[in-house]
Amino acid sequence: MKNLIKLITILALVSLTISHSNAAEKVELLNADWSFKKLFGKFDRRSLQRGYQIYTEVCSSCHSMKYLSYRNLTEKGGPEFTEEQAKAIAASFEVKDGPNADGEMFVRPGKLSDKFVKPYENVKAAQAANGGAYPPDMSVLIKARSGGANYIYSLLQGYEDPPAGVTLDEGVHYNKYMYGNKIKMTNPLSDGIVTYSDGTEATVAQMSKDITTFLMWTAEPHLEARHKMGFKAIIYLIILTILVYFSMKKIWSRVESEV
Amino acid sequence: MSDHEYTPKSKVGKWFNDRLPILTLANHLTDYPTPKNLNYWWTFGGILTFCLITQIVTGLTLAMHYIAHADMAFESVEHIMRNVNYGWLIRYIHANGASMFFLAVYIHIFRSLFYGSYKSPREIIWIIGIIIYLLMMASAFMGYVLPWGQMSFWGATVITNIFSAIPLVGEGIVTWLWGGYSVDNPTLTRFFTLHYLIPFLILGLVVLHIWALHVPGNNNPIGIDIKKPSKDTVPFHPYIVIKDGFALLMFMIVFAFFVFYAPNILGHPDNYIEANPMVTPAHIVPEWYLLPFYAILRSVPDKLFGVVAMLSSIFILVLLPWLDTSKIRSAVFRPLYKQFYWILLADVLILGYIGAMPAEGLYLLIARVATTYYFLHFLVILPVLGFKEKTLQVPLSITEPVLGGSLNLATIKNKESFDK
Repeated sequence: MKNLIKLITILALVSLTISHSNAAEKVELLNADWSFKKLFGKFDRRSLQRGYQIYTEVCSSCHSMKYLSYRNLTEKGGPEFTEEQAKAIAASFEVKDGPNADGEMFVRPGKLSDKFVKPYENVKAAQAANGGAYPPDMSVLIKARSGGANYIYSLLQGYEDPPAGVTLDEGVHYNKYMYGNKIKMTNPLSDGIVTYSDGTEATVAQMSKDITTFLMWTAEPHLEARHKMGFKAIIYLIILTILVYFSMKKIWSRVESEV
Repeated sequence: MSDHEYTPKSKVGKWFNDRLPILTLANHLTDYPTPKNLNYWWTFGGILTFCLITQIVTGLTLAMHYIAHADMAFESVEHIMRNVNYGWLIRYIHANGASMFFLAVYIHIFRSLFYGSYKSPREIIWIIGIIIYLLMMASAFMGYVLPWGQMSFWGATVITNIFSAIPLVGEGIVTWLWGGYSVDNPTLTRFFTLHYLIPFLILGLVVLHIWALHVPGNNNPIGIDIKKPSKDTVPFHPYIVIKDGFALLMFMIVFAFFVFYAPNILGHPDNYIEANPMVTPAHIVPEWYLLPFYAILRSVPDKLFGVVAMLSSIFILVLLPWLDTSKIRSAVFRPLYKQFYWILLADVLILGYIGAMPAEGLYLLIARVATTYYFLHFLVILPVLGFKEKTLQVPLSITEPVLGGSLNLATIKNKESFDK
């Protein structure tokens, strides 16, 4: 048993070292009280729906979301729009389809099975419209940045005037959380830029929180299922481990030795 | 290795066993006499078998959905994560499974180093183990390339470029490995093929590893030869089976924690950015389990010698049974070796930490000192220690107390927590 304790200590130490070396951050990031981070962490449904609104009304004019379909909006563990709502959302977008029987491409209203409509045809077009910078696809953005949710949340609130001595080129902005502090994206949020239908006040902090929550879901659409299953799996394993421990004690009691 | 000849009781069993003695093999495996004082560090063999099987099963499932093409690989992984039923679970088990596999193999290797399990007559077991470890590294590296993220692409570029250090033919070899003039679609498809192949090679070698183990039998915490079967041994089943099972369950709890609650903590965020040959990441770092070797590679200023140092740091392990001149196996009876053992472990952990840091300034200096010490340990300290060290007296058997020795049983008990 003593060895076992030693072993667990070492495992814990090793995992600590690993996580520490990964989280080498320079600036202290802002931290919101994320509902999805805890052991039973779930998304705040209203926040996801508001976040979707921010994405559509603000982000989606430059950022694509190519791995998501409108049907995802109705799925369990997501914003959980009703099917009617999601159908209406999809129908509000124009989707290029075809070729039809005449060999022509045509435009039709979106359906649930369609992928989120992209703002630009391709990367080159996106770059041409944004001064050479490509607005990254947002589907897995949270997982693609060290600091994750806190980083995006901070970045959206990190715009400020450059400190004395820092000169910025045309079309470059100062952001205290951005790597190198220089960012091509203009400050996307300002108080009241959207009007929430549920009456929540659209402050920059609130909107940052909502869009970050939404982006966490788009990056990890099965997060809730994962947390739920993880809890069951670990409880099951612990109970089984205890049972096996006592069986082991019983079996080894036949030998004059210690397990 | 039981003394008695096994005959199945049923007629059919006997008929079959005379033609294919698989029941004799099963009987050998269940009766296999195992030292009864094995501690929990000995349970990692079973845990590693579990890891291998888990990787193969989840890997096969992933291969049913994955598309090995430079334009589609990244998307197909996202497809697995989003649209395949429980695809996220299978992929997270596979990705974290690699880390768990290496965690277990490092414990297994360092257990062997502590108790001298590599020494005569177990050299072949050890060498097969090193080959398995090398194949594991190759397979893990190529697996990391498959999602075709930024770290996949640039990691592949850096690692394959290592071969360009070979004089004269180096550049040619790299082009041959890539299947072109840069890491691209042909590189991805061949890495996928090899990543699929290697685990089955490992499986075969594991069989040889266990076969070779069953000739002399297990080493044990006090490192003495024991009579088999005797009062010092217990049959593998049920004693070792249940103990390995218990340890495996503990291991699975840690595994499950990573899979369900921190599935991306061991990966690099850049690998969720699709590979882009035009954009180089700020720091290119390999997976954590390769970091010590990466530190050794970068600690040498010359490219060729850096590669030589890195490869030597692994191949030196093959010579270990002959570099260690001590007749005593277990560190329990080698007070000096025991100190050096812990220093080596610290040295390797330091190298691992440095491997994740930029190769400059103080980090570079520490890397050089640690690399030098690593080689010093194997090439100087171990050979000399065998002649100079005053070892403690070793007991004659696990059950019998030492006859007239300086070391009493209580000391061993305290140190290794085994009874009588």
